[in-house]
Amino acid sequence: MKYVDEFRTPELIGKAGDEIRRLADPNRHYRIMEVCGGHTHAIYRFGLKDLLPDNVELIHGPGCPVCVLPMGRIDDGLSLAAQPNFIFAAFGDMMRVPGTHGSPLEYKARGMDVRIVYSPADALKLARNNPEKHVMFFAIGFETTAPSTALTLMRAKAEGLHNFSAFCNHVTIIPAIRAILDSPDMRLDGFVGPGHVSTVIGCRPYDWIAKDEGKPVVVSGFEPLDILQSIMMLLRQLRKGEAKVENQYKRVVPWEGNRAALRAMGEVFELRPYFEWRGLGFISQSALKIRASYAEWDSEQRFSVPGVRVTDPKAAQCGEVLKGVLKPAQCKLFGRECTPEQPVGALMVSSEGSCAAYYNYEHRKPVTIANAAAN
Amino acid sequence: MATPATKIRFREPQIEMAHGAGGKASRRLVEGLFAPLLFGSAHGPLGDAAQIQINGTRIAMTTDSFVVKPLRFPGGSIGELAINGTVNDLAVSGARAEAIVVTFVLEAGLPTDVLEAEVRAMAQAADTAGVMIAGGDTKVVEHGKADHMYITTTGVGRLLSGVEISPKSVRPGDKVLLSGPIGDHGITILLARGDLDLEADLRSDTRSVFPLVQALVSAVGAGVRWMRDPTRGGAATSLNELGRDCGHGIVLFEEKLPVRDSVRGACELLGLDPLHIANEGQFLAIVSAEHADAALQALRETPGGDEAAVIGEVREEPAGAVLVTTLYGGNRMVDMLVGDPLPRIC
Repeated sequence: MKYVDEFRTPELIGKAGDEIRRLADPNRHYRIMEVCGGHTHAIYRFGLKDLLPDNVELIHGPGCPVCVLPMGRIDDGLSLAAQPNFIFAAFGDMMRVPGTHGSPLEYKARGMDVRIVYSPADALKLARNNPEKHVMFFAIGFETTAPSTALTLMRAKAEGLHNFSAFCNHVTIIPAIRAILDSPDMRLDGFVGPGHVSTVIGCRPYDWIAKDEGKPVVVSGFEPLDILQSIMMLLRQLRKGEAKVENQYKRVVPWEGNRAALRAMGEVFELRPYFEWRGLGFISQSALKIRASYAEWDSEQRFSVPGVRVTDPKAAQCGEVLKGVLKPAQCKLFGRECTPEQPVGALMVSSEGSCAAYYNYEHRKPVTIANAAAN
Repeated sequence: MATPATKIRFREPQIEMAHGAGGKASRRLVEGLFAPLLFGSAHGPLGDAAQIQINGTRIAMTTDSFVVKPLRFPGGSIGELAINGTVNDLAVSGARAEAIVVTFVLEAGLPTDVLEAEVRAMAQAADTAGVMIAGGDTKVVEHGKADHMYITTTGVGRLLSGVEISPKSVRPGDKVLLSGPIGDHGITILLARGDLDLEADLRSDTRSVFPLVQALVSAVGAGVRWMRDPTRGGAATSLNELGRDCGHGIVLFEEKLPVRDSVRGACELLGLDPLHIANEGQFLAIVSAEHADAALQALRETPGGDEAAVIGEVREEPAGAVLVTTLYGGNRMVDMLVGDPLPRIC
């Protein structure tokens, strides 16, 4: 496959691993956070951890939108969809995320009209094809998916399509990174910056991390070679005592971002004063809501939302895992009460969640095998 | 009949789609509810077909239902699947399908030409596979109570001589063989539904694998220790079941896995693993190390087997599980399918 195989060449990847070994100071322990869940997934799927020396530790960040969504929002969305003639449309990732009384998939089995869509435009198509029903798109994601929700709502308005609305759960990445850096138990040396988000927002929004916090950031692609090269670039900066924002994913990410996408977001969304993040609590100006000019296509403005708040199960340590304070397997429920089949927390559901990635790809791996690969 | 002492371990309050997906949930349902109540506690590992003895003759018997949506897709249709699926379950149990009986569940309002096309497809597939259709039954349900048509086929087969298929005979050092590229069927169905604006030049792999099985057994006989056709849940689920049943580790080499570019591309886009995607015309075999070369050669020399490959081997570790060695020397575990990314693919 073009643009994929080039970044999976075993020889180049072997060389990158050697170079990381050379750059890493054996007397130092490096803690590098990959912000994005897509990176976490790739790291486990390709077994990249096995290629890193022991003193380069990867900390999994909060960049999995399904994982940071509080359970109350899922309950709210499902209770709206319980109205007659309603279709609940969401990405496949959402389908097994538990609400208080079950996941969307379980609601579907009980008779609710729940559909998996692969884009908000698919949900709009559902609305066109089912004029007698109301289609609610459960919108979720960082700046990566927010523009396509915005464009879809603009389209619905232009077409005068009134049986469609979005239940908006879009969040923004920068306040989450700030919350992590403000957390007293966090000691990080640098960030593998999110690739997909940056195609929209560009690289400038990370400047403060380098300038004010003194931590290097390398915006990275998602192929094995991208991730290893980004770790190399971070280690080079750390070796020289530098802290700057670099763009490893230049083939996709423009430094200034995507202005058309940002314009569409500005047209449809405004910042919420605050929003609750699972594990991180309330973060001010960290999420998007739909502007009054699109009220008709906003499920929250159009229907009455119960505004459910649910506290996470006490024993689940999703917050600590999300912030990178605990490794997935250190959570008391991991692999016992909480598995991909019967997840307690969303980190165990989404393919981008660090618990699911760890459980699927790493858990049960014999220590001898992991060591053999690293040596 | 079951005694009151029979222990039911299936505790889930209702049936979900995942219980039919062929992965972990299916296994829980079968092992936790069906097996204890229907077979008692004395049953061995559950294979693709049962073996029964009648007047000293051992025969293999299996049954399978087909609920695929859409009914027709590039490379095949529900009628063709219904024959090949049962022929293949017998084949990987080391048996040649001799006779099949068919049950149709039809939805009122089904156009006759749609039904006729499927019956013709079944006759054609049975002819190709050399199996007799010996009888059948028809039920019709109200419009809206079924999705066009469901087909159940039940087949009996004669066991090939000189081969004993059992997970217990699998040993560390044995090789894992695969008859051809994986994922074609599942991805074809997904694309044929038209919900995704994705197109690819791809066809279902539905076919009888018996000629390949026969070639393999003729070439190496008892060197074949275990076979399975990786339908729902994909190769990962079949091999995890083998790992659990034999107690050894199954190690796959990613660079050896035959996967077409179009399947790989679709999986990349959708976040799926080809090892979890269903197949309808491939099978996995465990062959002893000394017979592996001859086995591979026999498969490759049989029409339809030219893309067969040795994809891995049995090791002591990770006991009871499946590990993939990635292209770069890293490793990842591969679990059974969890949930159901692609419902109703067969």
